Amino acid sequence: MLQPILFALLLLAAFGLFAWQVRKIRANILVGRERDMSGHAAERFRKTLLVAFGQQKMFKRLTPAFLHLIVYVGFLVINVEVIEIVVDGLFGTHRFLGLLGPLYDGLVAVNETLGALVIIAVAAFWWRRNHQPPVRRFTGIELRAWPKLDANIILYVEVVLMVALFLMNSADLKLHQLEGKFLPGAYPVSHFLTGLLPTDKGTLHLLERVGWWAHITGILLFLNYLPSSKHFHIILAFPNVWYSRLVPQGQFSNVESITHEVKAMMDPSYEVPTPPVGPDGSALAPTPFGAKDVEDLPWTAIMNAYSCTECGRCTSVCPANLTGKLLSPRKIIMDTRDRVEEKYNSPLIFQPNIYGEEAKHEPVTDLMAATLLRGKVTPEELWACTTCNACVESCPVNINPLESIIEMRRFLVLEESAAPNSLNVMFSNIENNGAPWAFSPSDRLNWADELYVAEKATV
Amino acid sequence: MTPIIPTPPAKRQLTVPTVADLAAQGKVPEILFWVGCAGAFDDRYKRVTRAFARILEHVGTDYAVLGLEESCTGDPAKRAGNEFLFQMQAMQNITVMNGYGIKKIVTACPHCFNTIKNEYPALGGEYEVIHHSTYLQQLINEGKVAVKGGESFQGRRITFHDSCYLGRANNIYEAPRDVLAALDADLVEMKRSKANGLCCGAGGAQMWKEPEPGKKDINIERTEEALATLSGQAAALDNLRGVETERAAPGEHSLQGSIIAVSCPFCMTMMSDGMKNKEQEANVQVFDLAELVASAEGLNA
Repeated sequence: MLQPILFALLLLAAFGLFAWQVRKIRANILVGRERDMSGHAAERFRKTLLVAFGQQKMFKRLTPAFLHLIVYVGFLVINVEVIEIVVDGLFGTHRFLGLLGPLYDGLVAVNETLGALVIIAVAAFWWRRNHQPPVRRFTGIELRAWPKLDANIILYVEVVLMVALFLMNSADLKLHQLEGKFLPGAYPVSHFLTGLLPTDKGTLHLLERVGWWAHITGILLFLNYLPSSKHFHIILAFPNVWYSRLVPQGQFSNVESITHEVKAMMDPSYEVPTPPVGPDGSALAPTPFGAKDVEDLPWTAIMNAYSCTECGRCTSVCPANLTGKLLSPRKIIMDTRDRVEEKYNSPLIFQPNIYGEEAKHEPVTDLMAATLLRGKVTPEELWACTTCNACVESCPVNINPLESIIEMRRFLVLEESAAPNSLNVMFSNIENNGAPWAFSPSDRLNWADELYVAEKATV
Repeated sequence: MTPIIPTPPAKRQLTVPTVADLAAQGKVPEILFWVGCAGAFDDRYKRVTRAFARILEHVGTDYAVLGLEESCTGDPAKRAGNEFLFQMQAMQNITVMNGYGIKKIVTACPHCFNTIKNEYPALGGEYEVIHHSTYLQQLINEGKVAVKGGESFQGRRITFHDSCYLGRANNIYEAPRDVLAALDADLVEMKRSKANGLCCGAGGAQMWKEPEPGKKDINIERTEEALATLSGQAAALDNLRGVETERAAPGEHSLQGSIIAVSCPFCMTMMSDGMKNKEQEANVQVFDLAELVASAEGLNA
């Protein structure tokens, strides 16, 4: 009787804590500027199915795609067993899904096979990250102590969960074999592990319980670790793809407040809509052009930051990064998450962004001055971008680092007049000559002088 | 005995029509040829503009240019963050084009193409916009251009460098390749091509500034890849970074007479500079699609 009560309390605490953490993340995302991403449900659904569920963009690189697919499918299928564990735990039943008969045999067999494959895949992942030199995209200035540790913690936890699963199954199997009882399910892996276990029934029963409790407690602890980790992508990848842009990648956002100003300049009779007012009718502080800090970014950009699993595909294809410039799109996304957690709600377990000397950033002392722009992202990084969209194209969960880069460039240019001087020259050329170079507009048709075409009969 | 002087091929001088001239006659061109600033002012890209105008004349297109009424689309300003200047330029251009009743636009610049097609509608400029690679593809498919009767490209090795603003920005990968396929040349793909193509380094207003400090210029990185691809040096291609999908390197080949095909004025500048840097400009030429088609069709005069 004690176990179900303990279990119910554990479950309640774990899900309660998780919900509380998710609320904080939701609040963080909503400090971003409004952006209407409603509508186009059919198109969004299709995209989510392909890119998020179907992992379409992962398959540009086959080796990690297959390894990741194993862990992903393992996660989905093994979680069916979690339903069983929860029911068993609450009602004191034992393998209640066993009533499914042959279907249960199949389920357990698939679980065990996937569990073994997950251990192999995770070992491969660990090797790719930790051998010398590691896969290049697992290096970089932004991957300092915490992100590296986080990546390994996730791998270790996954192995522990799988080992607990096998301990539970093999002890259970052996116990039933010794007692001559029938155990529902087929156990292609545990079948070979029973030989490793002792033959004492009491110990076997204890081991089965240890495996069971370790598996479910591990899952619940891991659930509450997610909000502090890059592994949160297993949840946010789906809404992030759903709310990703549907327009061509080359289309940059339009700044509507500027449209009103320009229209008013060109047509004095144009009526600029009245700016929004506060609840008491007073004028609100004007929103700056572009982004200086996280709350100036669209909310989707902050959700991007929470969906990022720091895989580094964006940085690995960035032409600026490839040629040794400071720009790393992944860093901009990670900086965004660090900054929003530093300024608004921080994660539960600890504050990874100000964790130790080897943290991603120096410990922040003056929170207000450490804005995203200049506090974390330098103008040098921003000006190195060629807006080529390689980072956007490469992201398996449709994160758009380019949008944040452009928003911060807008702030530099429109609020601070801090463009590099050569760009200011280009701006004034456009203003004065209608071309980015210093040519006279009256020479614009000179290319057509003395132009001849060979006379041919048209085909 | 006087030597026999061959009669020069028949040629015709073109008067490129402007939209204003046509409007004076009460006419609107079916298609506006948006030349772009590089096409109008950059000496190298003017040759592309001239080649494309020859093709338009050759197939009898009902076209015109804005001439002195054309102004920068605002693309470099927008990419650099100067949204105000961009919108000023955009609305000025939209006012001109809407005033003339322009419906369809063709341009040889992917940046102008992207901006007018994707960013002008929000400001009141709705047009059917096509890039010249798509337009050339259509002409070839319709049989209006046979890509015959001029220079032969048979046996010459060509690699196409994707423009970011045509490719990733607007998903146009096949049209330029279809055009090149019509040349009957030896087409080879770089490892970083199509959606995984490597930028030439000039987009996002980089054309007008010095690069930030780094180990290498982006156009040099790309030039090295193009040269290794054209000459089939598998070993050099093995070490490339940022490759998403592996493909086998083409066989070894002499660089002499090879061509890098581009479809963007900035790519043209960056790749040409790269060839000069590698001292390969005598062997490898950089051509725009329109130039290749005009040569193959024998339209140069």
